[in-house]
Amino acid sequence: MSLLNLDGVKVHFPLKKGVLFDRTVGHVYAVDGVTLAVEAGRTYGLVGESGCGKTTLGRAVLRLVDITDGSVVLDGTDLASLPDEEMRKMRRRVQMVFQDPLGSLDPRQNIESLLSEGMAAHGIGADREERRTRIKEILAKVGLPANALSRYPHEFSGGQRQRIGIARALVLEPDVIICDEPVSALDVSIQAQVINLLEELQESMGLTYLVIAHDLAVVRHISDVIGVMYLGSLVEEAPSDSLYAEPLHPYTKALMSAVPIPDPVVEDTRERILLTGDLPSPASPPAGCRFHTRCPWKQETKCDTERPELRDLGGGHKVACHYAAEIAAGTVRRTAGEAIEPVAATEAAV
Amino acid sequence: MPLLSVDELTVTFTARGRRDVRAVSGVSFSVDQGEVVGLVGESGCGKSVTSLALMGLLPKRGVTVGGRAEFDGTDLFGLGDAKLREMRGSQLAMIFQDPLSSLNPVVPIGVQVTEILSRHRGLKGEAARKEAAHLLDRVGIPDPRRRLKEYPHQLSGGMRQRALIAMAVACAPRLLIADEPTTALDVTIQAQILELLKELVDEEGTALLMITHDLGVVAGLCDQVNVLYAGKTVESAGRRELFASPTHPYANGLLGSIPRLDAPRGEPLRPVRGSINDQIAWADGCAFAPRCDHYTLECLQGTPELTEPRTPGHQVRCVNPVLSPVGAGDVAVIEAPHIVTGLETGLETGPETGPEAGPGTEQPAPGAVTAVAAAAPATGEPSGEAGTVPTVEPAGKPAPGADVTTAGGAAPRTVTQARDGEEPGGEPAAPSAAGEEPTEAGS
Repeated sequence: MSLLNLDGVKVHFPLKKGVLFDRTVGHVYAVDGVTLAVEAGRTYGLVGESGCGKTTLGRAVLRLVDITDGSVVLDGTDLASLPDEEMRKMRRRVQMVFQDPLGSLDPRQNIESLLSEGMAAHGIGADREERRTRIKEILAKVGLPANALSRYPHEFSGGQRQRIGIARALVLEPDVIICDEPVSALDVSIQAQVINLLEELQESMGLTYLVIAHDLAVVRHISDVIGVMYLGSLVEEAPSDSLYAEPLHPYTKALMSAVPIPDPVVEDTRERILLTGDLPSPASPPAGCRFHTRCPWKQETKCDTERPELRDLGGGHKVACHYAAEIAAGTVRRTAGEAIEPVAATEAAV
Repeated sequence: MPLLSVDELTVTFTARGRRDVRAVSGVSFSVDQGEVVGLVGESGCGKSVTSLALMGLLPKRGVTVGGRAEFDGTDLFGLGDAKLREMRGSQLAMIFQDPLSSLNPVVPIGVQVTEILSRHRGLKGEAARKEAAHLLDRVGIPDPRRRLKEYPHQLSGGMRQRALIAMAVACAPRLLIADEPTTALDVTIQAQILELLKELVDEEGTALLMITHDLGVVAGLCDQVNVLYAGKTVESAGRRELFASPTHPYANGLLGSIPRLDAPRGEPLRPVRGSINDQIAWADGCAFAPRCDHYTLECLQGTPELTEPRTPGHQVRCVNPVLSPVGAGDVAVIEAPHIVTGLETGLETGPETGPEAGPGTEQPAPGAVTAVAAAAPATGEPSGEAGTVPTVEPAGKPAPGADVTTAGGAAPRTVTQARDGEEPGGEPAAPSAAGEEPTEAGS
């Protein structure tokens, strides 16, 4: 049994209309049936483009949004059906690091106050002194000076603020930390510092992460298992290495080929799969496979009528595509979508 | 002769009661017809300000623009407002980062596109609409006739960026400046937009000045790359040359910081330590010195010049460039503790104020060395802990922008003092700082 199990989690937001009567005219299917398991001490990376529901899923685990259906089981307890007060107590065990480090820190609270608030709420530390000692330990762990205690969020740089956000999660000794785009607001060199910090902390404290990000390269770097989301559901899930070595879902293939690699030699020689069009609206997702409207490998049958389930193709590599095996074997050809041939290597180096 | 040549561009922001901020302090580059030139750097390096200065879009008050920018023989900074308006849109065009805030939300797309057509090409009525529809079609917007009537909020992010590109290329400009054109977009959409820009350059021969923080984008698109740091070009080379042998420690560090999709897993990243706030003024030395692993005393002796330590055309502004193979850039040549060791030897051998041409750690007057040793812990932690540098209390908060931080700035000044006066005993305020900072860093 894994530490955190999500089973068929759905989050649907009602679309309301009308002045007097709140008529529900439809739903936004933000998360539409996600099943995944996060092992203790490992990192699960959730990747997808904006609007795919990855952030909503992260918030659903903490019940910061209402779960429409499905279960979120942490260590044997189903969070989805817990009464509010019980849930509040459980939140100590699942903490979140947010994307915008300045927006998620109260500008009027100093760091000690920010960090001790959660401890007081959950009854960690007998008194102020004990909490302060604990906070100082954590601050040292995340690489902040001890004199940070009496300072305010605006006095820190972006990277330091993100460290404060991580420290705030750590002081509660959580079982799982959900990192929602932990580095996307940071500059490249600071990004690397924070990524390294997250990895070091995992190693020294045995933390479990659920990392949500849009940057496939970042997710691949820190995750043991990666789940790729598209329009509210997982389309592929695999151990980090096998996902990169052999992406099976057409969307993953396209996503991977679109990630720029900082190496001109690689950039010039690899094939690009350009997707046409934009993400369909999650309020009226396409029937059948959610991806069939943009899929370069779309077939005549099944794709637009039957919704593919996530199935294991061996080695824990799960994919939700009717034709994944055939595409991998090369028996199903690409039917649409622009393929950009690699730039000839003849282009002389300047 | 290049289409655009920028020579020693400087931009200084002044505000009453505040110190001047020099956002760009000497950037030179040139763009040829059909060439893609990249300006790369992290936030605050002056890349966007450079583009705004070239387009004449900076406010007049409180901004001083220096240097020269010649576009096809015309001095861009010497043009009057009317003449510049004539150039903008027809000769020079710009694509901004955020398409939603660059489009007028209460005006349909069609009107915004035809506006530029009637302004510069004299097209009116149906002719303008037809051309606008053709332009939208050209940039890959399906059903352009219908889209012309829509408002920006009705378009998706990628579509908005396409509309913005359509407006930029409406008059077939000879130079296109793209300021982070894909930063706000998803990767699959980013790939579409980059492909579109490539096409435009290939087919129309438009010169493209690409401003971005993403080295991956640069690798796939740019012919010539300029890496900026704190308002100055620190490295400039052809893209293959740059990525194969990043020679400035900053460029090298940037490449080491990026998690690569195709890299083997499990290797930790090699980040540049500290943050952009830890910098000294270029006038005092290399602005990157406080974050640099190759930092020596030489770095603090005035602005380093652009040299070509590797191959002709590959310019690097560094006195201790990374000449070892790629990937070895993070191995410190001289670490901060070595400088402290230098202090001891300096004291033993007594004052020596010979010429500073010696490589590595030379031995200037003890006063100078002490000051540097004091500055070292403040600016860089022990390399084992690649954390953000703590802002040390006695040193004060580092001023953002190109200003001298108290900690970093004190060092070079002391160096000069000690050297000029040949005063071995001079240890102005340094010991107290030296005594404090290690404890700060260690706690």
